Amino acid sequence: MGGLYFDIAHLFAGGLVLISFILLYQDRLYALLNVFALQAFVLALSVAWQAYVQDAPHLYITAGITIAFKAIAIPVALHRMVSRLGVHREVETVVRLVPTMLAGIALVALSMVVMLRVTGSADPLAREDLAFALSVVLLGMLMMVTRSNAVSQVVGFMSLENGLILAATGAKGMPLVVEISVAFSILIALIVIGIFLFRIRERFDSVDLQVLDDYRGESR
Amino acid sequence: MPLSGYLIGVAALLLLTLAALLPRPIRAGTVVIYGGSLGVTAVLFASALWQLLSGADWMALSLPLGIPWLGANFRLDALSAFILAVVDFGAVAASFYALGYGRHEHEPERVLPFYPAFLAAMNLVVLADDAFVFLLSWEMMSLSSWALVMSHHQVPGNARAGFVYIVMASIGTFALLLAFGLMAGDVGDYAFSTMRAHASERTVTGVVLALALFGAGSKAGLAPFHVWLPLAHPAAPSHVSALMSGVMTKVAVYGFLRIVFDILGAPAWWWGLPVLAVGAITAVIGALLGLTQNDLKRVLAYSTIENIGVIFIALGLSLAFRAHGYGAAAALALTAALFHVLNHSLFKSLLFFGSGALLTATGERSLARLGGLLNRMPMTGLFMLVGCVAISALPPFNGFVSEWLAFQAILLSPVLSSWALKLMIPAVGAMLALAAALAAAAYVRVFGIAFLGRPRSDAARNAVEVDRFSLIAMGTLGVLCLLTGVLPGLVIDALGPLVSQLIGTAMANQSQLGWLAIAPIAESRSSYDGLLVFLFITTSALMAAAIIHRFASDVSRIAPPWDCGFPDPDSATQYTPESFAQPVRRVFSGLGFAASETVDMPRPGDQRPARFELRLKDLVWDYGYQPVVSTVFTIADILNRLQFLTIRQYLSLVFAALVFLLLALAIWT
Repeated sequence: MGGLYFDIAHLFAGGLVLISFILLYQDRLYALLNVFALQAFVLALSVAWQAYVQDAPHLYITAGITIAFKAIAIPVALHRMVSRLGVHREVETVVRLVPTMLAGIALVALSMVVMLRVTGSADPLAREDLAFALSVVLLGMLMMVTRSNAVSQVVGFMSLENGLILAATGAKGMPLVVEISVAFSILIALIVIGIFLFRIRERFDSVDLQVLDDYRGESR
Repeated sequence: MPLSGYLIGVAALLLLTLAALLPRPIRAGTVVIYGGSLGVTAVLFASALWQLLSGADWMALSLPLGIPWLGANFRLDALSAFILAVVDFGAVAASFYALGYGRHEHEPERVLPFYPAFLAAMNLVVLADDAFVFLLSWEMMSLSSWALVMSHHQVPGNARAGFVYIVMASIGTFALLLAFGLMAGDVGDYAFSTMRAHASERTVTGVVLALALFGAGSKAGLAPFHVWLPLAHPAAPSHVSALMSGVMTKVAVYGFLRIVFDILGAPAWWWGLPVLAVGAITAVIGALLGLTQNDLKRVLAYSTIENIGVIFIALGLSLAFRAHGYGAAAALALTAALFHVLNHSLFKSLLFFGSGALLTATGERSLARLGGLLNRMPMTGLFMLVGCVAISALPPFNGFVSEWLAFQAILLSPVLSSWALKLMIPAVGAMLALAAALAAAAYVRVFGIAFLGRPRSDAARNAVEVDRFSLIAMGTLGVLCLLTGVLPGLVIDALGPLVSQLIGTAMANQSQLGWLAIAPIAESRSSYDGLLVFLFITTSALMAAAIIHRFASDVSRIAPPWDCGFPDPDSATQYTPESFAQPVRRVFSGLGFAASETVDMPRPGDQRPARFELRLKDLVWDYGYQPVVSTVFTIADILNRLQFLTIRQYLSLVFAALVFLLLALAIWT
């Protein structure tokens, strides 16, 4: 495997981490969704590149599914939901953006340290991929934790799942059926979450989860 | 009978459980279930006894059940044959007794299904040859006996008894699980044979010993884990109480023997210390608290604790002697322990049957409302007297022999090289003597208050003798108490094979001594002849009676005119159970139980009655359990806050845990 293959794979994986940071920085819902679509697109490119490098044609199917569902279907669906919900378009944060970004950098450093140390004997491409994938997963979780708006939590969850796909394709030999079932479960999760969003909205006129907590009579 | 025969017997008992669940007229159900259990356990008893006496080869059997790579292993060796015989004899007696007693049960459908299951579980525990089968049947034994304890759940206090019991039983089983896990060790094979083979590689034997002492000891009633026993055993119907006290505690002793004497390997010098200490404390606590109880069945339950203490003292002696290389002394101590296992199962069953008979006849368990029953229930009274004398360790009955053997072993302790043991064993001996004396006082109290004097209630005044089944069951046990006391040599010889299985040597054969005597060490040193003692006691008692009748009864007597010999016809002027126990209670009030007596005397002229109030409690509750309980509650209160977090906070928890683990990985690798 030549240096170019490795560099390009590295570029895509690093791009995913970078886009995760962009996701963290967004303060508008529509922009958030667009960036999420971009992340899914880069993920699809990365998966397709892996398919080419590993000579594994079934990964092209994964890439196709990623483009169709994550880059197109889910962002469009979320766009329509947001406009139909009629909530105001700002991302409500719990922790301010700058500390969040700093925490994100720390998490990336952590995942690098852990992964590079643990997977010492593995193939360098897989090592880098796994390290980046863990960063994406952690950043997605960070997003879920630091946002109080339900839509941005959904996006955090989906981007976490992007990290999982990246890890899965980096490691050779993941069966197609697993990937497809993961993709479909994500779609079903979206449907369920969408229904819940509308129910919450119907009841509380907002998708800010803070309202739910207030309703339960809890104070933070 | 091959080993599969025993398992078929167990299966038959389980079938009876299923049969008891079918709807049917209550009377027939009682007869079928108890009759069926009687038949099955009689066969099991006979073949186990034959197995033990004939010295037949050990049998092992592996069935493809349970965990795939382990299967279900069963084994019948001399030790299991002996315990099996004890278990099944107790079951035979209880089933026979229940043929009569069970008819008085108000809700037989609460008792009948669990009774055969309980018997089956106890049989299985003894037959098990791997940890899986052992723990499964052990837990089945706990659960079925719990159901039996809860059968009279409307009676106040029984629900709490059941709760305390199930908690203690679960913790005990958990301890045994850990013990087996440690013994399986790196090998990871849970068959007893494999564990036994790897005994020498084991390093954490002390922990296993502690866990076994806790796990099996809590089931047997060792202090300080005894608190459930006086609550739970009396709560069950009397024949089940007899089984729990007389038999289930023996299964627990079996569990301890199997783990510590058989699987764990050669003992270290200090193993005897904790066992001796716990046994001695248990014996004294059981005897002391038993003396102050008013509920007859509770007195019996506390006395079970005392007897378990005696058994564990003997086991601790055996461990100590064995670790120091005195095989003969170890065999003597172990024989004493096993002999006491047999004896206690006999007389404790007898006494619980007797308490059941009193319950049937009077509806009373409180000693303070009994009295004068010897005239009304002469046969029950006679058998209870036999049981009381036997458990008080008076010759010529069997209790004396086993405790005498234990004392003989204690007297051998100066040969031990360890100073800790040298100093401790005489103290243990003193505590054993104290416990024996207190137990004797407790049974004088039981018999005197319940059977002598005048009735303290109308129920006792109108009592009539119980049914024939109960009497035959009690009578058989009473005769056996006498026989094993008079002919102890036969029992000691029968115990020989299992003692040599566990220790390597056995006591010398006793049958060559003349006059059916026994000599534990050497005839020149000490010997006991039950038959001679029996004959002497009988003849001297008969002669004394004849002399008194001849010379005293015929003399004309002059009765005092104002009835001073029999002052007040009111039965309240007699000794009460509380007043009988008062001296002991006063002496030990600070040590054993926080007894507080308050007298509320009305002022002169005030017409209200004076009040005397007595409060007793088991100090283990205050100093042993209360701290644990409050700690658990504090932790639970803190953890309870976790139930009321927001979604985001839950997510943050998961996230924080993940980051923490990753950090740990980053730092420590």
